Order: sequence, then C-alpha cells, then structure tokens
Amino acid sequence: MLSNYLPVLIFLIVGGGIGAVMIIAGFVLAPHKPDSEKTSPYECGFEAFEDSRMKFDVRYYLVAILFILFDLEIAFLFPWAVVLDKIGYFGFWAMVIFLGILVVGFIYEWKKGALEWE
Amino acid sequence: MEFIAAYLPSAMMNDQTISQLPLALPEIVMLCMASIVLIVDLFLNDKTRGGTYILSQFTLLALVVITVMSFTQQKSIAFHGTFVRDGMGDLLKIFVYIVTFTVFLYSKSYLKARDMFKGEYYVLGLFAVLGMMVMISAQSFLTIYLGLELLSLCMYALVALQRDSIIASESAMKYFVLGAIASGMLLYGMSMIYGATGSLELATINAEVMKNTDNIVLIFGLVFVLVGVAFKLGAVPFHMWLPDVYQGSPTAVAIFIGSAPKIAAFAMTMRLLVDGLHGLHVQWQDMLIIMAVASLAIGNIVAIAQTNIKRMLAYSTISHVGFIMLGIMTAEKGGYTASMFYTIVYTLMALGAFGMIMYMSRMGFESDKLDDFRGLNQRSPWFAFIMLIFMFSMAGVPPFVGFWAKLSILKAVVAVDMTWLAVTAVVFSIIGAFYYLRIIKLMYFDTPQETSAIEGASDLRVMLSLNGIAILGLGLYPELIMGLVISVM
Repeated sequence: MLSNYLPVLIFLIVGGGIGAVMIIAGFVLAPHKPDSEKTSPYECGFEAFEDSRMKFDVRYYLVAILFILFDLEIAFLFPWAVVLDKIGYFGFWAMVIFLGILVVGFIYEWKKGALEWE
Repeated sequence: MEFIAAYLPSAMMNDQTISQLPLALPEIVMLCMASIVLIVDLFLNDKTRGGTYILSQFTLLALVVITVMSFTQQKSIAFHGTFVRDGMGDLLKIFVYIVTFTVFLYSKSYLKARDMFKGEYYVLGLFAVLGMMVMISAQSFLTIYLGLELLSLCMYALVALQRDSIIASESAMKYFVLGAIASGMLLYGMSMIYGATGSLELATINAEVMKNTDNIVLIFGLVFVLVGVAFKLGAVPFHMWLPDVYQGSPTAVAIFIGSAPKIAAFAMTMRLLVDGLHGLHVQWQDMLIIMAVASLAIGNIVAIAQTNIKRMLAYSTISHVGFIMLGIMTAEKGGYTASMFYTIVYTLMALGAFGMIMYMSRMGFESDKLDDFRGLNQRSPWFAFIMLIFMFSMAGVPPFVGFWAKLSILKAVVAVDMTWLAVTAVVFSIIGAFYYLRIIKLMYFDTPQETSAIEGASDLRVMLSLNGIAILGLGLYPELIMGLVISVM
C-alpha cells in the first residue's frame, strides 16, 4: 500500500532538488550588476507603494474573465480528445452540446461588444 | 491510458443514459429556452424588448404544461443515481414555474419605470429557475451543489442589476460573500460525509449511515451541511443576509429571492436530511429545534422594530422559515407534508405582499416604508382589502390559507409529543401578529399622507387580485393544495 506512494516521494525529491539547484546556480554563476531600477520591487506596471484605492480600467478584468471562461474549456477538450476513440458517438455529442452552450455565451459577449476595446 | 479507460462508462451505460433523457425533459427545455431567450434578446432593441418578456413567460407556461402532462407519482432515478424524478419534485417544480411567472408579471412595470427592463433580468431569472429545478431533482451531492450554485450565482447578479445604486451593490456584495461562505460550509460537510460513507449518492449514503449512526465524522459533516442549508433557508443564526438583501435589492429582485428559491431550498433540505441522512435524524432533530425556535423568536420580535416594509418582510420570512423547519424536525411523513404545504403557501403570500409594494410604487418612488401604506383604504379600497388578506394570512388568522399552514405544522409537532414546541410556536406567532395587524391599522384607521391615485399596470392589478382571492379561496378549500401535497409525499 505505502509503496504506491514511492513515485510521489521520488517526484517530491527530484522536483525540490531541481528547484534548489536552479536557484543556487543562479546565485553562483550569474553576473551581479545591481542598480536602483533593478532592485526596486516590480508590480505589473503599477507603483509598488501607493494608495490601494485607486481607479483602474475595469476592462482588464473583463478580458481576464472572458479568457478564463474560454480557456477552461481546453481542460475538458484535451482529455476528451485523448479518449475519443473509446467514448464513441455518445462522448462526441456530449462535447458538441457543451461547446454549443459555450457558443451561445460567445455570441452574447460578441454582440454585447465585450470584445471591443474602445 | 488503461487507467483512464477503466473509469469510462461502457456503451451499455451510455445507452441507458440516452434512454433516461426524457425524464429530464423539463430541465432540457428550460436550458434550450433560456439560451434562446439570451440570443433573441440580443437582436431586440428597447422598443421591442417586450418580446423577451413574452418569450420568457411562454417558456414558463410551456413548462407547466410539460410537467403536468408528464406528472408521475413513481420515483425513477436516472443518470447513474444523480437525478430523481418523483411526485414531490414535479409538484414543487410546477409551483416554481407559477411563482416565477407571477414574479415576472408583477415586476414588468416596476422594471420599466426604473430603466431596468433588460433582457438580463429574464435570462438570469430563467437560469435561476433551471438551478432550482436541478436542486429539486437532485439525488447526489454533486447535483445538489450544481443546482445550488447555478441558482445562487444568478441571484447575486440579479441583486447587483441596478449597478449605479450604492445600496444594491452593497447588498449584492454581502449576499455574495456570505453565500460563498455558506457554499463552502456545505461543501466541507459533504466532503466529510463522502469520507465517512464513500459515496456521493443520497440513497447509498443513507444505507451506509444506517449501519453506523454514531460515527463522529458523519455527525461532524452533518453539522456543516446543516449550516449551509440553514443559510440558504435564512434560519437564525444564519439569517443576517436576509434583511440587508431584501432591503437593498430592487423590489423586482427581492420578490424573486423571497419566493421561488424557498421552494427549492425546502426541496434541498428534504433531499439532504431525509433522502440522504435520515439515519442521523436523532442528531439533526435537536439542531433543527434550536434553529427553529431561534428563528421564530428573532424573526417575530425584531420585525416589530422595522419601519421599512421590505425589511419587515425579511424578518417575517425568518419566522416562517422557523415553522418550515419545525415540520421537517418531526422526521415523520406528516411533518414533511405540513412543511411542504407551508412552503408553497408561504411563497404565494410573499408574492402578494411584495406585489403590493410594486403596485404602489411608481417612477422615483419605492413605496417601501410602512408609512406609505397609511390610509390605503381611502385611496384604493379593493387593494387595501387584498393587502388585508395577505397580512391576515401571514399572521395565521382563519379562514385564510396561512392559518391552515400553521395548523398543519402544529398538528404534526403535537403528533410527535413535542407539545411544548407547538406552544412556543403559537406564542411567537401571537407576538408576530402585532406587526401584521399594524399594517392593517395603518391602512384602515390612519389618514393618507398623499392622496394621488395609484397608477398600477392593469395586468398587475388583475394578477394581484387573483393572488389575493387565491389566498382566501385556498383558505376556504385548503384540501385543494393539501390533497396534492399528501398525494405526492
């Protein structure tokens, strides 16, 4: 029973090891030429320290949410494609219905102008 | 690859699923129609927006016909034990359609006057109904959660529909945060029960629970499941969201939140506690008693202090939920029947009370203060009488149907030898009668603050009158609904 978890243990060791080696190698091998811009904290184009109650464009969120919605379907499409020969027409049509519902949402967002920046 | 193949359904199971599809016909029709309404609405402008409304109402009426035509007493479980079609579910679904139909009808002129007559209201409403249908027909934890989230997400968006209103945004935020916590609690409880029984299907869970009712993990899971259920019903101490959401959301949304989802929440409670965890009834009975008594006490007493009628109706909802819980608490068929009757009757009364607020409101005037009802008798005697029917019925005065609802719950509670509990419920009902009767006093014995004629749309007036007459008529012939409820339980 416990031996079933051996691959997980090996994975943890190898994964942790590679991560550690990379960071240490970066420290030892990389050139060190710091200046004030390089060492200052970086935060996605915004000032790192300022009032958090500032206005910014809600359209970024719209795009991000739409991206997640349509990106998630890939998570279903990949395993579906891998086993398509085993699940037959039933599986095929189930996915067509799923994609059909997504298309309804896509038509809605397109017609509402959510995809236009201006 | 072999690993995945072992988990795939076989061809035989797929054929079985396809042959069971007709059982879910109402849900399939609802999904298709909600999508069609969404697309059709895109091609309509503000002048032709009425098309969305008519199509939504047609969908609900068609579903009433479909469900009545395929009405079945026989319990059939489909889709690998995740879906159930039975008499209780069919009857509750029919009432959900009728209630939603009435909500849409009442709110049309209210929405038009506030520039909220948009397709999204109807699309979100229809998807919320689909969520309720899934909840009502759920037979496994997965489907219960799926339906609940579909319903809740639509509701959060509906509350925030008036997005320029600060108070609506605030209540949507509160509703969302608290709702998410409650869903989390419910999921946590479900995972505990799954851990203890190894199944998500309610029937299998019930069989496993019967074997060992002292399992501490099960009881732990039960507590969290009950927290989630109590939140969705709005029982004390998980009621804090109700007054804020009712008051903050547009009345057209408050009437929806206050009516149809209660039917679905009742179905969810029945599926979880009776179909799934009946073996633990000794444990959940005690918890329900505490929550029911607390709901009756806080709901009825705090309602007296309110000056906003929507807030008052929220506390009144809490006290009615206490009664519904008392019926389920009996863990007997008689109690379940009484609870189901009470839930249906309550939604009809809540529809009427909120309908009255919308009838009296007009552009730029919400009419949600108690004082707005002052002297209604002088301005419109007929609708003062209709409001009197709703208030008397909620207070539980015979011969209105609210009396029979309370009576059937009390009879069921006395039948399981908990007379003290029935007495407590009666005492709190009498306290609660005060704030219902206060509205009647305001309407009949006070002078109106303004004397302008009330402009209500004609379809609203007709439906509101029908609603009031139904409460009176069902009070005279309670067996009309009671007979239906008894036949399906």
